[in-house]
Amino acid sequence: MTGARARGAGATGVSGTFVGMPAFPIASAKAVGDSQLRHNLHKATHTIRGKRAAVVGEQPDWTELRAAGAAIKNRVLRHLDVYLEQLEAAVVKAGGHVHWAADAAEANRIVTALVKATGETEVVKVKSMATQEIELNEALADAGITAYETDLAELIVQLGDDRPSHILVPAIHRNRAEIREIFQRSMSEWGRPAPADLADDPPALAEAARLHLRERFLAAKVGISGANFAVAETGTLVVLESEGNGRMCLTLPETLISVVGIEKLVPTWQDLEVFMQTLPRSSTGERMNPYTSMWTGAAEGQEFHLVLLDNGRTDVLADQVGRQALRCIRCSACLNVCPVYERAGGHAYGSVYPGPIGAILTPQLRGMSSELDESLPYASTLCGACYDVCPVEINIPEVLLDLRAKVAAAGGKGHRVERLAMAGARRVLESPGLLKAGQRAAGRFRRLTPRRLPGPLAGWTDTRDIPAPPPQSFREWWERNR
Amino acid sequence: MSTRDQILAKVRAALADVPADERPEDVAVPRDYQRSRAGTDIVDLLIDRLVDYKAVVHHTASAAVGAAGHADASGVADAVVARLLVARGGRIGAPVGVPEEWLEGVDAVRDDPVLPAAELDALDGVVTGCALAIAETGTIVLDGSPDQGRRALTLVPDHHLCVVRLDQIVRTVPEALARLDPSRPLTWISGPSATSDIELDRVEGVHGPRTLEVVII
Amino acid sequence: MHFNTGYRADAELLARRVGEIFTGYDAVVMPSGSCAAMVREWYPTLGVEPPSGVYELSEFLVDVLGVVDVGAYFPHTVTYHPTCHSLRSLRVGTRPEKLLSAVRGLKLLPLGGADECCGFGGTFSVKNPAVSAAMCTDKVRNVLDTGAEVLCAADNSCLMHIGGTMRRQRAGVRTMHLAQILASTEEEPA
Repeated sequence: MTGARARGAGATGVSGTFVGMPAFPIASAKAVGDSQLRHNLHKATHTIRGKRAAVVGEQPDWTELRAAGAAIKNRVLRHLDVYLEQLEAAVVKAGGHVHWAADAAEANRIVTALVKATGETEVVKVKSMATQEIELNEALADAGITAYETDLAELIVQLGDDRPSHILVPAIHRNRAEIREIFQRSMSEWGRPAPADLADDPPALAEAARLHLRERFLAAKVGISGANFAVAETGTLVVLESEGNGRMCLTLPETLISVVGIEKLVPTWQDLEVFMQTLPRSSTGERMNPYTSMWTGAAEGQEFHLVLLDNGRTDVLADQVGRQALRCIRCSACLNVCPVYERAGGHAYGSVYPGPIGAILTPQLRGMSSELDESLPYASTLCGACYDVCPVEINIPEVLLDLRAKVAAAGGKGHRVERLAMAGARRVLESPGLLKAGQRAAGRFRRLTPRRLPGPLAGWTDTRDIPAPPPQSFREWWERNR
Repeated sequence: MSTRDQILAKVRAALADVPADERPEDVAVPRDYQRSRAGTDIVDLLIDRLVDYKAVVHHTASAAVGAAGHADASGVADAVVARLLVARGGRIGAPVGVPEEWLEGVDAVRDDPVLPAAELDALDGVVTGCALAIAETGTIVLDGSPDQGRRALTLVPDHHLCVVRLDQIVRTVPEALARLDPSRPLTWISGPSATSDIELDRVEGVHGPRTLEVVII
Repeated sequence: MHFNTGYRADAELLARRVGEIFTGYDAVVMPSGSCAAMVREWYPTLGVEPPSGVYELSEFLVDVLGVVDVGAYFPHTVTYHPTCHSLRSLRVGTRPEKLLSAVRGLKLLPLGGADECCGFGGTFSVKNPAVSAAMCTDKVRNVLDTGAEVLCAADNSCLMHIGGTMRRQRAGVRTMHLAQILASTEEEPA
């Protein structure tokens, strides 16, 4: 926030000063100006919206499944200690090893040590939000271990030296032409090069990924994953995927390490009957995703390690309003319907969890100490589309409002001005006399309505006119006509 | 204090608002969703959903009509499986429990002793049975029984022919979970390998088998 | 505005004031989906008992008075934007469209992407002006695509936002509140 700004950025710069947290407003303004990104996001999110609506619409008991899903997760969260101990016992009984990590650093230390113990310097990875959250790949690299992402979208991100911008489809910001270019440029640095005559149609790009990763899978000795669900009762872990890279990573290596957030538990095997219906329909808009793997402990003689990760989750759990964010099953339906996400893109949220769920999860997991994290609860118009589609009924607007109250109460640097303005407005609205006088003055001097507002309110007049006040207020009309 | 105990203590502290005498089962879970449903014939439904996912589907009840003269229905079904494999050609992997009749005239290799990854990769296809199939979602579930084999066997080869018996078909996901044994390694398969990672547009065929062929007997 | 921006103490004072003024009536009719949603949905969060009988305008006309045809006359093409809080908080459904369809002379044209937010969001429009403006630009494009003379909504904040953008763009489409159209007659046209 230093230096002069050109006119285009000026508006956001000024409003950044007003709110004291420029991060999301500035990053999203940049995205809004990127027409290719806008086009890619619009196309992708609208495609998936239609698919989701169709498969949810054909499920006659969707409302009931949604209510059951929310209740099951509430049960887990309210008794998380009981279920964690139950899960641990079940995994150990089935021949697995359980590790506990309080934060990212500890989780990374545990995983690094486990990989080193195998003597390997390469691991294959299934797409996992938890390992992205703790930046495991970077930690492994520091220890001389190369982690190969195998999910197509993660591969695109890794090869492009890029950052993920969506929970389910991390390369959603890239179109086919860009992906082709990334493959041609970078596949050779990581392994088998892309074919010289690579076309930019999705089947050709998928084929290139298949060939690039094939030998890697067959040679892999260590696999690293997350999990969509962990069943406390049986110790079963569940991974849903589409491509088969998950099955490759989960079954071919001799050692499997799964890093799982402590909120991923469900109490019983039967509870999966709810989520196995709601998750695929909400995320990819399919009746069922192509592949789901379920395993309990050391399956087929594999060495299995489960790393249970806190990393801020217990802090979220302690907040009675914010707690519901831990019900999230990472379907990303809220991203796909969010009008703000569609224009801002995922990177603007500054976290592996973008979109509406990110706007409530990130500030809670990290604490609202940075300008960016403070700006996230305001990255929403509160339109409610996210709440409508959420398969576990997370009331995202409610949590956003609660977090905003916390930000305002903490009173960051820009909030002093805002607080005064809010209090002033409140005094006018409270007082019939002041309100009446203001309305009358506005009506009298309506021809003087300015085209540009000063200071923080310039954000409005950059693209919109101010409405001219009516010649007479409703109050005046009522007095004459009642 | 171990990290384990620290995390559990933090969880308990975070849940200070939960009454001490509340048990997990006291948190009500409304289960008024449908566990089973009436409707379309489940075989037709399964076929419809499999085809929707671009799986190749054969139903031997209709094939049997063409093969009149075989009195034994299961014999007909076995022959259909073998004929499909022969027609496709190539070297086919098979788990130990697959009936010999499915492999008649087929260049088959049993996964016994266990085939190394490179040899799995050299196979042209694999044939298995299944634990069950879910009609509504077009899903086949494998549980590692002798006629299905270990998980890698149905993953590495590019073609998977899966035989489903009529009595293995259920309609809904809840019916499927009730029948499955969580202690076994389970693989749920709904159509061939696919991805929606490019512009959220579904494309069949990435790392798993690019062709899924289902024979309903 | 205060509540949505995080100023709960100010919001609570205003809510108490509204509660005092509007208690004791059979019906309190609010010509704004967001205001009705604020009172009904969020006053309890502030610890304020919402006054009873709060209705959004179309709810009151259709459900309480049982009226669909209010006898209005408005010989223009109109498209209707169902604002977020009417749609997803209050769930007023198609009540406003029913009221508009019964207006003589009025031709109602369907709005593409109708259920998408216009990007106002109260202070969102000044805190995140770029995204807000981008959302509104798409909304305006959809409005213009209908070819309607008038954009109608039942919430002045959204109308102010879309209307302000359309005026800046010289789009030539008027914005009118549902109440203005329903109050239009042959004798006193709006």
